[in-house]
Amino acid sequence: MPIPRRTFLKFAALGLGAAVSSQTQEAEAVQAPTGYPDSRGVLVDLTECIGCRKCEWRCNEVNGLPPRPPSDFEDKSVFERTRRTHADTFTVVNRFANAADPEKPVYVKKQCMHCQEPACASVCFVKAFTKQPSGAVTYDPSLCMGCRYCMAACPFNIPAYQYDDAFTPEVTKCTFCFERTQAEGTQPGCVEVCPVEALTYGKRSDLIELAHARIWSRPGRYVDHVYGEKEVGGTSWMYLSAAPFDQVGFRTDLGETPIPALSRGFLSMVSVVLMTWPLLCMLFRQSAKSAEKDAEGGAPEPDAREEESR
Amino acid sequence: MTDNTIAPSPWVREKVLLGMSLGEYVRSNLTLGNAVAAAILAVGLPVMAYRILYGIGPATNLSDTNPWGIWIGFDVMTGVALSAGGFAMGTAVHLFGMKAYAMFVRPAILTGFLGYIYAVTGLIFDLGRYYRLPYPMFVSLGVSSILFLVAWHVALYLTCQFVELTPAIFEWLDMPRLRRWAVRLTLGATVFGVILSTLHQSALGSLFLVMPSKVHPLWYSSYIPVLFFVSAIIAGIAMVIVESALSHTFFHEQAARSGVSRATFDRLTLGLGRAASLTLVTYFGLKLLALAHDHNWPWLFTGYGAWWAVEVFGFVLLPAILFAAGVRRGNARLVRCTALVTVVGIALNRLNLSVIAFNWNSPEQYVPHWMEVTITITLITMFILEFRFIVNRLPILHDHPRYRSHQEH
Repeated sequence: MPIPRRTFLKFAALGLGAAVSSQTQEAEAVQAPTGYPDSRGVLVDLTECIGCRKCEWRCNEVNGLPPRPPSDFEDKSVFERTRRTHADTFTVVNRFANAADPEKPVYVKKQCMHCQEPACASVCFVKAFTKQPSGAVTYDPSLCMGCRYCMAACPFNIPAYQYDDAFTPEVTKCTFCFERTQAEGTQPGCVEVCPVEALTYGKRSDLIELAHARIWSRPGRYVDHVYGEKEVGGTSWMYLSAAPFDQVGFRTDLGETPIPALSRGFLSMVSVVLMTWPLLCMLFRQSAKSAEKDAEGGAPEPDAREEESR
Repeated sequence: MTDNTIAPSPWVREKVLLGMSLGEYVRSNLTLGNAVAAAILAVGLPVMAYRILYGIGPATNLSDTNPWGIWIGFDVMTGVALSAGGFAMGTAVHLFGMKAYAMFVRPAILTGFLGYIYAVTGLIFDLGRYYRLPYPMFVSLGVSSILFLVAWHVALYLTCQFVELTPAIFEWLDMPRLRRWAVRLTLGATVFGVILSTLHQSALGSLFLVMPSKVHPLWYSSYIPVLFFVSAIIAGIAMVIVESALSHTFFHEQAARSGVSRATFDRLTLGLGRAASLTLVTYFGLKLLALAHDHNWPWLFTGYGAWWAVEVFGFVLLPAILFAAGVRRGNARLVRCTALVTVVGIALNRLNLSVIAFNWNSPEQYVPHWMEVTITITLITMFILEFRFIVNRLPILHDHPRYRSHQEH
């Protein structure tokens, strides 16, 4: 049976359309990321942190969050419960009991980890998030629709939402002081203000070396793990700790697979379905029609002529 | 014939007021059902306005840790699954050639079309900046997101379903020429709809593939796309059974005009029950496969494991058996009741994944705010009112006397 030209063209057009539409989607999603070799990071040494919360105060100041006097941050009662980031709080310091030395609790600063392959950026369907070459994951409120998929997808539960803003709510999170650090020699507000140098700002690759050097040079002081070196494909912020990480508020079950990779399998199936389903549909229809003809003893069905002429 | 109030034009009288004068029409609507609907809207519409004017914060129990609630878990996730009837029936009739089931196609497509409309409406209340709805389409395309795919496919599929409804609209308007054109587009729309449905039904579940640390292991699986696709077919078939049973009760005048006898209707219902049973058994197998694939057996012996068993044995395996029993005994009533159980089961599955067992390891648990529930109930009420309005006017449950609509395409 010759293939009618129109049928052929219809299939060709469908295939082409499918190829083009899925090409763009896959190209960005399936491509292995090259990474930014010069990207910056911060190494947090939890054995140094004294829980003074000056980083919280400075963060509010440099990011234009509601200004609060430094004395607000001397209140130790906030440590009673574990806090998370919120719309007006980009970073928090939490206190955890120290199993090894009850006299010295562990203080853990929490903020956006600025993932190497950020979940928030990959799930955003309006591309409001950008992984900058400097390492920062930035957010553009002028694109955001407020679906909050980024918040659901973030394995660290970092992005927060301005729920009380009725008309122009924004997602909020640590900016890694993106604007500030564009100038040479400047550091994020929290790093600058830390009185005990618990935070070290630098090239991420250097920080990884530094972290391992510290572990090796001071045996027994740290657990032999740099949190963030490999978690979910690596993060810009990394931690050294004396206590096992799962005892001081870290999730140690996140794995090393970058979150965006979890969508790729499905996305690469999309084009396959787009290309093959039209054929399957037509096969089913054709076989149904011939079965019907057989049943009617070869008599053409009433609307067969109309079908053929389409 | 003049009415003492405003006299509507003959066209309005025939097409909108069901052949009654305005006064008669208003009086015919003074029923108990309408009073209940009016009461729901009287509460629901102001609550909707409150959400828009005061924001998501005061109107919901959503938080930074639980950013998605029932507007996503029920209105979108469940709503879209239960709207798969048009896709399931269109495939059966137009592609598999099961013409006997043609009477189910139009009601199923209408259910699906309105279902998607209200899923999107529910989403609008959930979106912080709903007025940017065209952004992912035309302004800034985030193609690495599965949500991007969902957005495009739902928009395109809404269009497909509208195209599939246009023959009925043109029959209602007595426009035979346009109707002929519309009928010719139906097959194309069906094929395109099948492709789109395959992808976005599975994509809805795949949204959660990026959250292995938040979705409970019993519900998280790399098989989520397949599980969602197969269960959407089940949801579609079950909804067609439920909806047709309700339509034959509440719109029996319309259904009677279809010329389909009660015996035929029962026989076709049994056929749908057989399809539902087989699909449910397949789905049950896939659920076990997902469990085995990820070695999740130990989780069965926890509290969430018991809850998983309720869903999978009580709302998947049990209805599969009941459907089979109904078919075997020729008991259409049993098939209809089982379909209702199945619909509840689908809702339970979607809510389990996205709300109930979501963030299961977090101390902060989400329980919906009364306003969230109210808005969802209001949307369902509006869905029913709109469905009724259209079914009473357009040739949905029966052929238009002047057109052989159902057999033709």
